[in-house]
Amino acid sequence: MIEFLVQPFFEFEFMRRALVGCLALALGATPMGVFLLLRRMSLMGDAMSHAILPGAALGYLAFGLSLAAMTIGGILAGLLVVLLAGLVTRSSVLKEDASLAAFYLLSLAAGVMIVSLRGNNLDLLHVLFGSVLALDDGSLLLIAAIASTTVLGLALLLRPLALECFDPAFLRGVSRLSPVAHYGFLGLVVFNLVAGFHALGTLMAVGIMILPAAAARLWARNLGPLLLIAVGIAFLSGLTGLLLSFHADVPAGPAIVLMCGLAYIGSLLLAPDGMLAGRLPTRRHLES
Amino acid sequence: MIRFDNLTLGYDRHPAIHHLSAEVPAGTLLAVVGPNGAGKSTLLKGIAGELRPLGGRIVLAPATRDALAYLPQRGEMDFAFPISVFEMVAMGLWREIGPFGKVRHAHLHRVEAALAAVGLTGFESRPVGSLSGGQLQRARFARLILQDAPLILLDEPFAALDARTVADLTQTLLAWHREGRTILTVVHDFDQVRRHFPTCLLLAREPVAYGPTAEVLTEPLLARARQLSEAFDEQAGVCQREDEEAHA
Repeated sequence: MIEFLVQPFFEFEFMRRALVGCLALALGATPMGVFLLLRRMSLMGDAMSHAILPGAALGYLAFGLSLAAMTIGGILAGLLVVLLAGLVTRSSVLKEDASLAAFYLLSLAAGVMIVSLRGNNLDLLHVLFGSVLALDDGSLLLIAAIASTTVLGLALLLRPLALECFDPAFLRGVSRLSPVAHYGFLGLVVFNLVAGFHALGTLMAVGIMILPAAAARLWARNLGPLLLIAVGIAFLSGLTGLLLSFHADVPAGPAIVLMCGLAYIGSLLLAPDGMLAGRLPTRRHLES
Repeated sequence: MIRFDNLTLGYDRHPAIHHLSAEVPAGTLLAVVGPNGAGKSTLLKGIAGELRPLGGRIVLAPATRDALAYLPQRGEMDFAFPISVFEMVAMGLWREIGPFGKVRHAHLHRVEAALAAVGLTGFESRPVGSLSGGQLQRARFARLILQDAPLILLDEPFAALDARTVADLTQTLLAWHREGRTILTVVHDFDQVRRHFPTCLLLAREPVAYGPTAEVLTEPLLARARQLSEAFDEQAGVCQREDEEAHA
């Protein structure tokens, strides 16, 4: 049993790298997912990942399969969309979902058009579905650096960000940090999606963000525990997903996201705020 | 504390309240009254800095702009957010602690004291989303207590509350008054205004009367306030009053 669990990591360097990558993603991307969830922007992670794709594709087309070019391209495209959408949200009647949707769609359309100019879509599959089992030093360092930045950034932003999610009018009333929290947070989301697409691909990166967050929300009623549980679920899903991929010989990215999904479904069934808890023929009610 | 100079506030060039000139001295406990749509909430929004005047200006005592506390009628709180009553009330300490400051023992005691003052002792760890309407309003008052502001703006703080909650929260309000804070409160209950509020501003999209409550809440003035129209007239012409005053 222990051999089954541990041996792949002892034996193969690529498994160890993948595991470290998963740990970094759990520490960085998953807390972003928690706040996306709390801001009711869970689907925006998906939208943002589409916004990043054209930038990465542009970097790829200009400089080939270069980590730096694709990363910078992705980050720039993501930040541009976040900035424009934020500007529209804060100065027009449109809400955040509408303005983000508008700009990510534009970004995606522009990206698809740019890619079609060169007409080679095969390598782009790598961008879409990532390669957690083939993380080289550069990718691993990038993911770790982004995770570190995120943890630091979140430590700085935590209070204003929590207030911005819970009671934005109050935060606007007592401080000028509301836009700082807003843009800072979405900037970190962009960084983490870029980190995620190197490991899991743009489409899968959202999975390790949102699914553990949604699962954890069913267990925790306070922000601190919520963040810790979500990170724990994400890392365990990464670990079990890698093992599943190794032993059953299936692709690692989907395996990891499916494990996150398993944690989510399990939480739905078992957690105190899940689907079943309120419906069981429960114990008798309390006196007061 | 506050001076309104020929102030006009509104939306899309339509005034919600226009040509208000008045001065509110420090330490005033002022009831803002008037029919629905009279511009009461708009006035508080303007003072809080959430709405730019269409004309005229609002002059606040120095350093008040950044230290006022404003309780809007409908907040933007997200009740699904996982936060406890204690943490929500502690938000009132933001100006002292800020984004990075340490929460000290003295702070925790003050949060406890504020909760006790509004009768919410024992509710510390309850999720905010689980509170009833009255309990939530008590919690919002506790947060205001901690904000410790010299100028407090309350927009219909007693709407849809039972008599006991109103009585309790009124005590908090009167305590602020004794501490010398300036308080502007939108109220609909005239009995309550007569009992507790020394000064009164009667609005009906323009100032109708301002002064001691007994002189403002009179039948002729109230009748006049009721008559003034509520709806925006889409075809309304440009208001000429400023020009007339300039010529006079």
